[in-house]
Amino acid sequence: MRPRPLSPHLGVYRFMYTMATSIAHRITGVVLSVGLVVLVGWLFAAASGAEAYAQASGLLSSVFMKLLLAGWLVAFCYHLCNGIRHLNWDLGRGLEKSEARRSATLVVVATLVLAAAFIYAAFFAEVPR
Amino acid sequence: MSLRSPLGKVLGRGSAKQGVAHWWAQRVSAIALVPLTLWFAFSVVHLPTSDQEAVRAWVGSGINPVLLLLLIGTMTWHSALGVQVVLEDYVHGKGLKVASLLASTFAHLLLAAAGAYAVLRIAFTTGSV
Repeated sequence: MRPRPLSPHLGVYRFMYTMATSIAHRITGVVLSVGLVVLVGWLFAAASGAEAYAQASGLLSSVFMKLLLAGWLVAFCYHLCNGIRHLNWDLGRGLEKSEARRSATLVVVATLVLAAAFIYAAFFAEVPR
Repeated sequence: MSLRSPLGKVLGRGSAKQGVAHWWAQRVSAIALVPLTLWFAFSVVHLPTSDQEAVRAWVGSGINPVLLLLLIGTMTWHSALGVQVVLEDYVHGKGLKVASLLASTFAHLLLAAAGAYAVLRIAFTTGSV
């Protein structure tokens, strides 16, 4: 038997930006799965002694980690907004091509607004005591 | 027109795999994660995260440990389902596919157990606020 075609079927379809929103959902999903390791590590450090937490806190406050954390916030906002778009599709709504294109734009705008708000609150706003 | 394969028609059962259960679980966990992740993100951006005692006090206070357990459980569940689909789609070769799926399953269970342990340990060792 001839080998069967396997996914991903790149190069078979003409590129549309709605395709980018689809693959970005997967990519941000995988990125967030990696972020889960950091989240659990942070909680574990908080549950451990002061020394362990100081070490974790020091790692997390480096510029590199702050950029990563900001990236995770963006990925989270995107996956959340586009996930709601998917749930709406699951209800059988918004499946027309024109509607899918409009909701793709809406997701990108909503992601940028939400992510900007979270990044501001996390890194630039005064922490209330 | 039916999308059911001739063999599936003969057996009267459709696919032999648990596609519907997987699809359904991914949606149920997604719906639960909308309020849980938003609650968590809003809370954490307002937390003075360099202060271990403040983090521990927040984790252990009121309903927070319960919500955190739900968050960790639902997140690892949703992540495991998502990563599984990605691996099934993109990892070719039977041995590597099975190995990566096993590794992902075990890693997610480890994350769930470690996260739950950390939350419970903090909740049971901080004075109630």
